Amino acid sequence: MRQVGEPKTVHPGSSSMTSRPATPAPGVLGLRPSPRSFQRWRGRLPLPAVLLACLVLLIVAMTFGVGVGPVPLSPRAVWQVIFDHLTGHPKNTVADAIVWEIRLPRVLLAAVVGAALTTAGAVVQVLVRNALGDPFLLGISSGASVGATTVLLFGVFASLGIWAISVGSVIGAFFAMATVFLVSRTGRQLPPTQLILCGVVLSALFEAVTSFLIFRGNPMATQSVLFWLLGSFGQANWEQLPIPAVALVVGMGYLLAQARSLNALAMGTEPAASLGVDVQRLRRNLFIVTSLMVGVAVAVSGVIGFVGLVVPHIVRLMVGSDHRRVLPVGVLFGAAFMVIADLLARTIVAPQEMPIGVITAFIGAPTLIVLIRRRSYLYGTTQ
Amino acid sequence: MSLKLRGLCVDIAGRRIVSDVDLEVPGGSFVGLLGPNGSGKSTILKAIYRVHRPAAGEVLLNGADLLAMRPKDAARRVAVVAQESTVEFDFTVFEMVMIGRTPHKRAFDKDDEADHAAVSQAIERVGCGTLMDRSFNTLSGGEKQRVLIARAIAQGADHLILDEPTNHLDIRYQVEVLELVAGLGVTVLAALHDLSLASLFCDTVHLLADGRIVTGGPPRSVITSEIVRHAYGADVLIVEHPETGTPHVIARRSDAPSRPSRPLGSYPLPPS
Repeated sequence: MRQVGEPKTVHPGSSSMTSRPATPAPGVLGLRPSPRSFQRWRGRLPLPAVLLACLVLLIVAMTFGVGVGPVPLSPRAVWQVIFDHLTGHPKNTVADAIVWEIRLPRVLLAAVVGAALTTAGAVVQVLVRNALGDPFLLGISSGASVGATTVLLFGVFASLGIWAISVGSVIGAFFAMATVFLVSRTGRQLPPTQLILCGVVLSALFEAVTSFLIFRGNPMATQSVLFWLLGSFGQANWEQLPIPAVALVVGMGYLLAQARSLNALAMGTEPAASLGVDVQRLRRNLFIVTSLMVGVAVAVSGVIGFVGLVVPHIVRLMVGSDHRRVLPVGVLFGAAFMVIADLLARTIVAPQEMPIGVITAFIGAPTLIVLIRRRSYLYGTTQ
Repeated sequence: MSLKLRGLCVDIAGRRIVSDVDLEVPGGSFVGLLGPNGSGKSTILKAIYRVHRPAAGEVLLNGADLLAMRPKDAARRVAVVAQESTVEFDFTVFEMVMIGRTPHKRAFDKDDEADHAAVSQAIERVGCGTLMDRSFNTLSGGEKQRVLIARAIAQGADHLILDEPTNHLDIRYQVEVLELVAGLGVTVLAALHDLSLASLFCDTVHLLADGRIVTGGPPRSVITSEIVRHAYGADVLIVEHPETGTPHVIARRSDAPSRPSRPLGSYPLPPS
C-alpha cells in the first residue's frame, strides 16, 4: 500500500511507516526535492539568537539584582565575590557577606521561581487550550497556599524543619490539582471550559479556606502569612534553593521530552490522539509536573501573580507556539523577568519592600496590552 | 491494507451510542459513513482513533488489532482530518504540518532533512506552497482544511479518516477537499453529511441510524428516496447526476405547489 500522497510509480523500501526511515530520503513522497526546503527558522526568529539574547538579559539582570541595594556594588565587585567563592577562596569582607549571604540566594531563587511559573503557565495554557491559562487558574497556587498556611499557622510537619512549608504547599498543590482534575472530568473527556470553571470555583474555595485559617490563627502568624501570600523573596536563603531548582530541572527535562506531544495537544485532545499521543497519560503527567513545580515555587516565594500568564505570551510572540522553542526561551526569559521584578520591588520604595505581585502586575499587564495591540495577535481568534 | 470494524459498540456516559457495527473498508477504496445528526458517525470514527474506548468489538487493520498497537504505531498507519477548527495558538502553516511528523519522532529528536522534505512536499501537494509561512489562523476555511490534509499526508499513513471535513465550506472547497483526498490513492473512511457529495466520491456508503448500520452498498443502491426518508425522516427527490449518473438528493418543500417539470435544457440560458 502506498503512503498518502505518493505517486503510484514510486515504491520506497518500507511498505508502511512502521519504522522510521533509516536514511533521510528527500523526495520520499515522490515529489521534486527542493534544495531550499530545509529552512530551519521559517518566518521565526532563529532560536540560538533568541536564547543567547535571553541569557545575556538574565545575566545582566542578575548582576544588577545582586549589585543594587542599600550598599551599591559594582558589577565587577559582584563577579569578584562569585569568582572567589567558586574558586574556593572566599574573602572575609562586607561585600562578600552582602553578595553571598543576602543578595545572591535571593536573586537565584527569584530566577528559579520565575522560570518555574513561566513553564507551568505555558503548560496550563495547553491543558485548558486557552491563552488565559495560568497556574492560578487551576487552583494550584491557592491549594499550595492552603498547605503552606496550615504549616505556618499550626506547625503541621514541624518535624520536617525547613522543608515543612515546601511539603505542605506541594501537598496542597497536588490536592487542589487532583480535585480540579477529577471534578472537571466527564468520562474520559476533560473539556477545557469545564476545567477552567471548576478551577476558578475551587480556587475561590481554597482562598476562602486560607482566609479562614488566617482568621482562626494567632495574629502574629497571620501577619507573616499575609505578607507571604502577597509574594516576596525577602526571606530567601541558600537552604531554600535546592528543592525548587531540582523540581525545575526535573520538570523541564520531562516537558522538553514531551515538547512535540505538547504541540499536538495544543491542537486539541482529539487531533492529539490521532497524532499518536497517549492523551490521558500525557495530561495526567502534565498535571503532576506543573503542580510539583508550582507547589515548590509557592512554598519559597508566596503567590506571585501574572508571571505564569504574561511571560508565556511574550515568549510565544517572540518565537511562535512550538513548545520546543517556547519552553527553553521561557525558562530564561521568565527567570530574567522575575529577577527584574524583584529588583524593582525592593528598590522603588526603599527601604521598604513592595509585594512583588504588585510589580509583576504593573509590568505584566501593560506589556501584554502593548504586544497585543502592536501585532496582529492571533490567540483564539479567527479573522 | 483494509480497515475492518467487527461488532463495534461504544458507550458514552453509560448510554450506548454505537451498537454492533460491522464495516469493511477495502484497501484503496473510499467508503462513506452516512446518517442523520447524532446517528453515531463521528463516534465510530473516534473509536478508531482512540478518543473513545469501545465497549465491545474490535478494529482491525489488515487483520491486526489497531487499538492494541502503541498509539504512535497506530498513528503512522491511520491519519485523521476532522472538521475545520480553530487553533488557540499561533502556528504557521509549516509548523502545523510539521506536527504531522509527531508519531515518527522520539523524545528530543530534532526535525531532520527528511521531515522538512516530507512537510514541504505535503504542503506543495495540497497547493499551499505560497502559504508556507502564514499563520494558520489567518487562513480561510478551505485553506485551513487543505493544510490539515497536508498534515495527514506528512503523517505518512496509508489510511485516512475524514470526520465531516467539508462542514462550513462552500461548494468549491467541498469538492476541492474531497477531490484532493480521493487523488491521494489511500484507503479512506469518511463521515459525510452531504449525500450528493458522498455519492459523487464514495465507492461504498454505509447508512447509520441510531448507532446501527441500516444498510450499505454502492451509493446508487443506498441513496434512494425510501431509505433517506426512513433514516433521515426527510422527504426528498433523488435524481441522477447528469454527468456521473450518481444519485443526487434534492430537498423538497412540503408546502410548495408542484408544477409540471420541464426537461433540463429547456430553460433559456443567458447569452455567454
